[in-house]
Amino acid sequence: MDKTEAQGSSSGLAGAMEWVDKRFPATETFEYHMSKYYAPKNFNFWYYFGFLAMFVLVNQLLTGVWLTMNYVPSGDGAFASVEYIMRDVEYGWLMRYLHSTGASFFFVVVYLHMYRALRYGSYRGPRELLWLIGMVIFIALMAEGFFGYLLPWGNMSYWGAQVIVSLFGSIPYIGPDLMEWIRGDFLMSETTLNRFFALHVVALPLVLCILIFVHLVALHHVGSNNPDGIEIKKNKDENGVPRDGIPFHPYYTVHDIHAMVVFLFIFCAVVFFAPEMGGYFLEKPNFEMADPLKTPDHIAPVWYYTPFYAMLRAATFPLFGLSAKFWGFVVMVGAIVIPMALPWLDRSPVKSMRYKGSISRMMLSIFVISFVILGYLGTQAPSKAGTIAAQVCTALYFAYFILMPWYTRVEKTQPEPERVTG
Amino acid sequence: MKRILVTALLTIPLASWSASSSDWPMQEFDGDLQNLPSLQNGFKLYANYCMGCHGLQFQRYERTADDLGIPHELALKNLVFTGQKIGDLMTTSMPREESKAWFGAAPPDLTMVARVRGTDWVYNYLKTFYVDENRPLGVNNKVFANVGMPNVLLDLQGVQRQVCNAEDCSELVVDAGTGLMSTEEFDSAIYDLTNFLYYVGEPARLERQRTGVFVLLFLIILGSFTYLLNREYWKDVKH
Repeated sequence: MDKTEAQGSSSGLAGAMEWVDKRFPATETFEYHMSKYYAPKNFNFWYYFGFLAMFVLVNQLLTGVWLTMNYVPSGDGAFASVEYIMRDVEYGWLMRYLHSTGASFFFVVVYLHMYRALRYGSYRGPRELLWLIGMVIFIALMAEGFFGYLLPWGNMSYWGAQVIVSLFGSIPYIGPDLMEWIRGDFLMSETTLNRFFALHVVALPLVLCILIFVHLVALHHVGSNNPDGIEIKKNKDENGVPRDGIPFHPYYTVHDIHAMVVFLFIFCAVVFFAPEMGGYFLEKPNFEMADPLKTPDHIAPVWYYTPFYAMLRAATFPLFGLSAKFWGFVVMVGAIVIPMALPWLDRSPVKSMRYKGSISRMMLSIFVISFVILGYLGTQAPSKAGTIAAQVCTALYFAYFILMPWYTRVEKTQPEPERVTG
Repeated sequence: MKRILVTALLTIPLASWSASSSDWPMQEFDGDLQNLPSLQNGFKLYANYCMGCHGLQFQRYERTADDLGIPHELALKNLVFTGQKIGDLMTTSMPREESKAWFGAAPPDLTMVARVRGTDWVYNYLKTFYVDENRPLGVNNKVFANVGMPNVLLDLQGVQRQVCNAEDCSELVVDAGTGLMSTEEFDSAIYDLTNFLYYVGEPARLERQRTGVFVLLFLIILGSFTYLLNREYWKDVKH
């Protein structure tokens, strides 16, 4: 070994890192995504939920692995194995409640994360793909939750899944065959349970992890939006660092760690003191084993699907020779996918609600209120007044999107600032 | 006018009750899982009066005995009548198929009854059997109309009859001297039995709440450090 080479190699930890970096871009990747990823320094409360969604995902993956160790995906064994986990497995009750509460909180944080995007125009260019990937994640998450909900094999699991699967039966011509193909049987059965188990435990988690990775790659390529909706990359210093940016690590890591603890406090309060959440997180009929002969008095999906379920039920009349049920299905699917068009519907010269006009603010408020009302109506047994309310709210929900090209153009906006405003 | 108003006010709550399964004015049940004597008595009553037909198929004798502070030998000697081992599940020996023929429906497993129907329901159901000659077993129930179950607690409670007035039959009266227990004793026994079912519904409940207190306290302490850490990093950042 000659002298120069000996001087060049450092010792200890730095030496080890150097060894790794020659073979794997560890430092480079860390810098690109963390310590030299410049995020706008004016992030506010609404910017916690992306990180929190990932945190809940990790919770779901970990607790899911432990639940799978004792869960039995069979018609006879599923319900009993969940009770076995609740009673005989050490801390099984904790794993189960962390997982079931985690499912609800996943949707809480994801809905808030999506609201943030609506509020600050995060879906606008150059973040169209970021938004589309996010929407695909949302749909995958809905599927993941749906498949997972059948697994405890409770009576609401069974009938809830039955209702949703039967929606496919309303599609003309192929419906009945499609329904049978999805179930793998003539009715919901162990075969259905087994395939839902495979999808819930292997296929969709894999899809979700890949999509979230892609979501982050897209985010770190275009850079984060911020409450002012202006591009911090337009104003860089001599080193090419955005003047309004701040390294994600350590500034936002310490931010997010604190947010995580606050979140955990609320989350654990539910897990340890109200895991059923008054029948909203764990529905009462689901403590009874699935019974194909005994329909629950009132079938309602878990709360995070109820806005869409209410829209499904809001379609009450047949049209063009197709059943009301089919149109309900169309409305529901439409409501789920229509946000994908947002980047092209929003014609406002500004991105953030801070500088948009009063019509945009009003429409967003109406949209949120209708969504919440629909969520409530979806938990209730159908009634005449409820159906009319759901129809009005469905119309308002779609109006937010369909009228957007118009109202974002006609309203008077305020000028965006040059620099972020804290 | 006044009468219409009064009638309306009286029927509104009734209408909302009947939307659930019964219009019986439910007495509230306030469970106490720390009251071991109550739970032990509930277990005793369950083993003696219920278990012949209703199993607790997801719960084990050992777990129950341990949680309720009953020594294993004592439990095996006095509470296990089926020759099962202490680690076994608390199943019933009632044959399912035959029982369907006997009662019209197989007696349901009751491990989760307190979670499915709620403790209020269980408590009131057990107290509101009354004589009804029109029913095949001679009894009916105020909370679960036309139930297929006989009144197995009859010897403890005595013969209970409904008293009707012009409006309804919302009063139940026990024939004096027909039961082994006084009304207070019987109420207390039903409290214990319901309390036991409340425990069996979720045996980890107390442990969950105990653990939760420590978890939340830990998070408050951790949170104050993460708050200070965050403040330390951000104090020099100009907004």
